[in-house]
Amino acid sequence: MRKKFEVQGSKFKVERGGLSKLIEFRDVVKKFNGVPVLNGVTFSVEKGEVLCVVGPSGTGKSVTLKHLVRLLTPTSGSVIVDGVDVATCSDAELVKLRDRIGYLFQGGALLAWMTVAENVALPLEECTKLPDREIAVRVRHALRAVELVAAADKYPTEISGGMQKRAGLARAVVRESDIVLYDEPTSGLDPVTSITINRLIKKLNKELGITSIVVTHDLQGALAIADRILLLKGGKAVECSTPAEFTQSQNPDVREFLAAMKGETI
Amino acid sequence: MTIVREPMWDDAPRSRTQALSRHLLQFLSTLGWTARILVSSVAAFPSVLLRRSGRADFSAQLYIVGIRTLPVITVVSLFIGMILALQVGLELRRFNQEIYLGAAVMLTLLREMGPFACGISLAACVGSAIAAELGTMKVNDEIAALEIMSISPIRYLAAPRLLALIVMAPILAFYCSVIGTLGGGIVGSTQLNVFFQQYISSALSIADTKDLFVGLLKAGVFGMLIGTVSVAEGFGTKLGATGVGRSTQQSVIVNFLLILMFGYMITRVFYR
Repeated sequence: MRKKFEVQGSKFKVERGGLSKLIEFRDVVKKFNGVPVLNGVTFSVEKGEVLCVVGPSGTGKSVTLKHLVRLLTPTSGSVIVDGVDVATCSDAELVKLRDRIGYLFQGGALLAWMTVAENVALPLEECTKLPDREIAVRVRHALRAVELVAAADKYPTEISGGMQKRAGLARAVVRESDIVLYDEPTSGLDPVTSITINRLIKKLNKELGITSIVVTHDLQGALAIADRILLLKGGKAVECSTPAEFTQSQNPDVREFLAAMKGETI
Repeated sequence: MTIVREPMWDDAPRSRTQALSRHLLQFLSTLGWTARILVSSVAAFPSVLLRRSGRADFSAQLYIVGIRTLPVITVVSLFIGMILALQVGLELRRFNQEIYLGAAVMLTLLREMGPFACGISLAACVGSAIAAELGTMKVNDEIAALEIMSISPIRYLAAPRLLALIVMAPILAFYCSVIGTLGGGIVGSTQLNVFFQQYISSALSIADTKDLFVGLLKAGVFGMLIGTVSVAEGFGTKLGATGVGRSTQQSVIVNFLLILMFGYMITRVFYR
């Protein structure tokens, strides 16, 4: 596999021989009330890849993720998923696209009046015509994958934050999505649960070939699971490289970020 | 239709005039968005009734709207009837016309106060709860999660609530009129020396089908307004817990105002 990274200010080109680009951000600018949160972000994600997006708070990591499912649309630039421009595609195309994408929100976003199993079954019950028995099998399989079978009949308020995120993860993958977006899957969790969730992300990627974009503050986790790490700073993509290259990078922004993560001062 | 909406402008206003015009456009846009919620919800009614999960949600909402509000609605309508009877009865006594007490109370309740008491009770008990519930779901990303899963929040959340309100409001308005009339009868027989049987015959003699149906229509419209406004306020919630409080308050205020305005307009159309 040939890799070539060219960083020019906020833009860089990524070429990986033999692999197709599934997701592309092309010079995306997003402004809120005149203030650019994303300021010309360009990157791509290949099929079956795990891309971790890191960076200080307020640099547009979650905003980046929301563009992929049209919860936000770019002020300028385009977001392409499998050849479809997310911002301008028709509603029917958007539905098809969203059917392929699982999204894990920071808080899990589980419906409070449903049990964990009912939450996981929801997208299958509402959006497919699968028989109840098939839905039950798939839900059990998804819950087993996130080690939550024992909590299947509990309500979201009766389980811990880590379990809620795992339940959200089970719901995100139960439709057999080929792209899963994770918005801070380990924030606020203890180290052991964080490791469990990171392992799950990697396991789903390896076993099911799921393309994943993980927005995270957990650098150790990112180094462990990512194929590439994207550093956002001030709304710009300043580095996108493999974990080994990332830790060895001489880019001052990367050095500053790594030092801050280690608790050092520059 | 998309529920998770972005701000209409990416840039800050450059002048006060621009800020003002943007506020006006935002207001008009919100009105249009609310109307689209109503139309889309009505279009989703068949889907609610045809799907098993939709019927279950609809039944749950019928229970919430119709049964859980009964204690409040009973007390409100009972006292409205009692106050009406007392005020009207005292005036009628000056002219020795107490025999018309039942007719006066019944007419007022059927035409105006029954639907009004039902409307304000539903706005306070149900509308505020809908706005708070949907608002909390919005700020917790649950609405966004539904949209990403291609589950329409309109069909899944708005339509069952709206349909339950439209169905239950006329039934509750009729219930209000009956309880209010009984309350008036209690006051008439205990404080105004009007025999209860005489009061009831006077009430029934004046009861007209038109009055009944206009009252029921009014209540149905109130139910539709309460459902639409509360759902729109909930879906439009921003800024976390503060936003949820604001949406809840806003839904109650707007519902009260609309109930008064539409109450007048419907009366004007049918009684010239």
